[in-house]
Amino acid sequence: MSRTVAVRPLRAALDARPSRRRPVMPAAALAVLALTAGCAQGASAGPAATGGAPVPGGTLRFALGAEPTGVDPQQVGTNVSIYIARQLADSLTDQDPETGEIVPWLAESWDVNDELTEFTFHLRDDVTFSDGTPLDAGTVKANFDALADGPLAASAPLAASYLGGYEKSRVEDEHTVTVVLEAPDAQFLQATSTVSLAILSEGTATADPAERQQGELVGSGPFVLEEYTQGQGAVITRRDGYDWASDAAAHDGEAYLDAVEFSVVPESGVRAGSLASGQVDAIGDVLPQDVPQVEGSGGQVLNRNNPGVAFVLQANVNRPPLDDPDVRRALLPAINRPELVDTVLSDAFKPATSVLASTTPGYTDLSDELVFDPEEAARLLDEAGWAEGPDGIREKDGEKLAFDVAYAPLFTGSEAVLELVQQQLRAVGVDLELRRLTPAEQTAAQESGDFDTYYYNVTRADADILRTQFAVGQRNLSFREAPQGDDDADPLDALLADALAEPDAAARAELAAGAQREILDQALAIPLFELAQSIGVRGEVHGVAFDASSRLLFRDAWIDGGGQ
Amino acid sequence: MTARGALRLLGGAAVVLWGAFTVSFAILYLLPSDPVSIMLSQSAESLDPAQVQALRERHGLDRPLPEQYLTQLGNALTGDLGTSVTTGAPVTDLLAEALPHTAALAGLALLLAVLAGTGIAVLASWTRARWLRAALLALPPVGVAVPGFWVGLVLLQLFSFTWYVFPAVGQDGFASLVLPAVTLAVPLSATIAQVLARGLDEAWRAPYADTAFGAGASRNRVLGAHVLRNGSLPTVTLIGVLTGNLLGGTVVVETVFSRQGLGRLAEQAVTTQDIPVVQGLVLTGALVFVVAGLLADLAHPLLDPRLRGRRAAPAPRAVPA
Repeated sequence: MSRTVAVRPLRAALDARPSRRRPVMPAAALAVLALTAGCAQGASAGPAATGGAPVPGGTLRFALGAEPTGVDPQQVGTNVSIYIARQLADSLTDQDPETGEIVPWLAESWDVNDELTEFTFHLRDDVTFSDGTPLDAGTVKANFDALADGPLAASAPLAASYLGGYEKSRVEDEHTVTVVLEAPDAQFLQATSTVSLAILSEGTATADPAERQQGELVGSGPFVLEEYTQGQGAVITRRDGYDWASDAAAHDGEAYLDAVEFSVVPESGVRAGSLASGQVDAIGDVLPQDVPQVEGSGGQVLNRNNPGVAFVLQANVNRPPLDDPDVRRALLPAINRPELVDTVLSDAFKPATSVLASTTPGYTDLSDELVFDPEEAARLLDEAGWAEGPDGIREKDGEKLAFDVAYAPLFTGSEAVLELVQQQLRAVGVDLELRRLTPAEQTAAQESGDFDTYYYNVTRADADILRTQFAVGQRNLSFREAPQGDDDADPLDALLADALAEPDAAARAELAAGAQREILDQALAIPLFELAQSIGVRGEVHGVAFDASSRLLFRDAWIDGGGQ
Repeated sequence: MTARGALRLLGGAAVVLWGAFTVSFAILYLLPSDPVSIMLSQSAESLDPAQVQALRERHGLDRPLPEQYLTQLGNALTGDLGTSVTTGAPVTDLLAEALPHTAALAGLALLLAVLAGTGIAVLASWTRARWLRAALLALPPVGVAVPGFWVGLVLLQLFSFTWYVFPAVGQDGFASLVLPAVTLAVPLSATIAQVLARGLDEAWRAPYADTAFGAGASRNRVLGAHVLRNGSLPTVTLIGVLTGNLLGGTVVVETVFSRQGLGRLAEQAVTTQDIPVVQGLVLTGALVFVVAGLLADLAHPLLDPRLRGRRAAPAPRAVPA
């Protein structure tokens, strides 16, 4: 028995981390001040007015709420990964978060043919990637080819789905490229503004997908990846000479910040405490209970509602009792949406006023159909033949009016929201059973349709999300079936298909509005509330902004005094 | 120790590792769904089944179970633990990156726990002041009962947010190690103090203590030369077991203190059902357990001369804590 061998691993492990003493900052006094201010409601003057010109320089320390899964703009899917990846690359177009309008970025202008099958992009001629190579038509072609049927198709599912009808890219001249699609595709232009279809260098387009996720990538964005450690965070630094900001950016030219340091702080209370004590400059995922601490220390909480499908209960229309549209319709007025927001969520969230969130281009306000009216709900259920039973739960032919909701705790408030929904439905004699799923069970349930309603949301700043979620042949969690004959055709599918082929923006919005009405008329989904991104920043931090998809942009961010 | 004895120990260790590998494989594959579906469920769009199939093939998830098992076992024997399904990084790289952080944290926590636990037990055993003894012996149950999560947050509130002594986030340098190590050490030191105090009590009442007193030895001399030596044997075994358990404690502590390490890696890998990473962690944990147990066994003869030179002498077993 060799004693030394057994001892060595422990020794090596202990020696591996040399202890380097760090000077302790005399910031205690400041932190105490910040903390006491947190208790005094309204005593603080709030963040200083954003007066004064932006100051370049400084490093912004950002605490993420979860670990990024990678940094490749085309492959990342989670919000925290996008917070980093979005800064590294530019897209052909950008989407104005206020208007939803598509504006120039890497493409100065574009033409679309009448059939919506050919999109010609005229690229800027002054763009270079951080390795010095210029952007040209061939770069765009290489990117889209790789995403549509190259090595990335499997590992960048979101991008691949945006390019679902991709046929080829035609290089017209050095700075003109035409994307040819197999079928009319009205969502494609908005898709080119997303991070998933950001343009990377030609060398990156053909690189190994796994290595790209670990940071082996070259973009043209306002920041360059300096360092990325899986599970630990990332450092991005300003790209010198950046001069091709999108029309949606607040300023032209280089970013103001020298660098942004991302770290991962999973505990929400620790994030808020670190912000309040000045140990970080900005934090992600501020929970309602942490808002007073952030604001009390002179900071600010920035909110934006996620565009796309709001949080809904989508009904599986094949299982009783929800196979009866009258029962589903009765659920719409049974939910008290303002109560959900006021009691278990926070001001940042909004009661849903359609199946789409209000920040989605093409959203239409259907709040009249989503008014809380328990008497109306009761009347509808009486009419449908469900009478109140001895225990308060309605019954019909000996069956109770009961169904389940399958859900994953997608964010911290999910459980509390659904418990309140359960109480609200109980008040009109409906028994809702909460069925919490693990990520693994979630996928299985979605495939098999083994649920009565499904609780979820999806983020996308284009009304086409309705088609990918509700159309037969797409995600279709309602499990509606394909029509047997022409008479059987569902008007919803026609509306969604027409919208995809409609070139005129106004007409497209009209079709999208029709689809939203149709979804509520059939009560395929019971809208609940709109999710919000909540970001906390110190009073000294300005210009941190949300893009149209409610993800963060640091291109216009700056710190008072350049962070000195 | 003879070559034969060494071989037997190594063989035992190998069986433990193989068992851990096999059981974790079986559990992970009995779960519904698979890592590819979980990874894809994060994205919004419905996917082309061909893409899903391509991903499954890339990770070998389409092949029959026995073949997957044998392939993975073979690879593991050659030191290849595969690549993470969620990030694509080699599992050995992930482990190698996380291990030093956790080892430093666990090492310091163990040191603090042994010092504090021994201190409490010895002081309680040595003192003649009843109130002091009662107060000291009341500490361990409290230490075991308070959740590590809560201890960590309280320490952060006091020593980072209110009074900035240690950083709340980051893991650069010794300062960032202190609060998490103390948090991790609290339940550990409590267990050590409890078991050691009981061991010392028994040793005080043992006949050799009376004999030593009878021979005119002072109270301090009896404590140092006889009671401490005999009374600490169960504790040494216990520390071996606790070292293995430390890895479990790091899941909570590394999350509260935003540190990278095996605990955080485990939390991530389990939620995403990242089979190769979980298997790598199970093997690492089993290895730590085996090595710690071995070290504890080796330490016994140093404390107890009766065990020296005798092969496979039954060491005094720990009182279940």
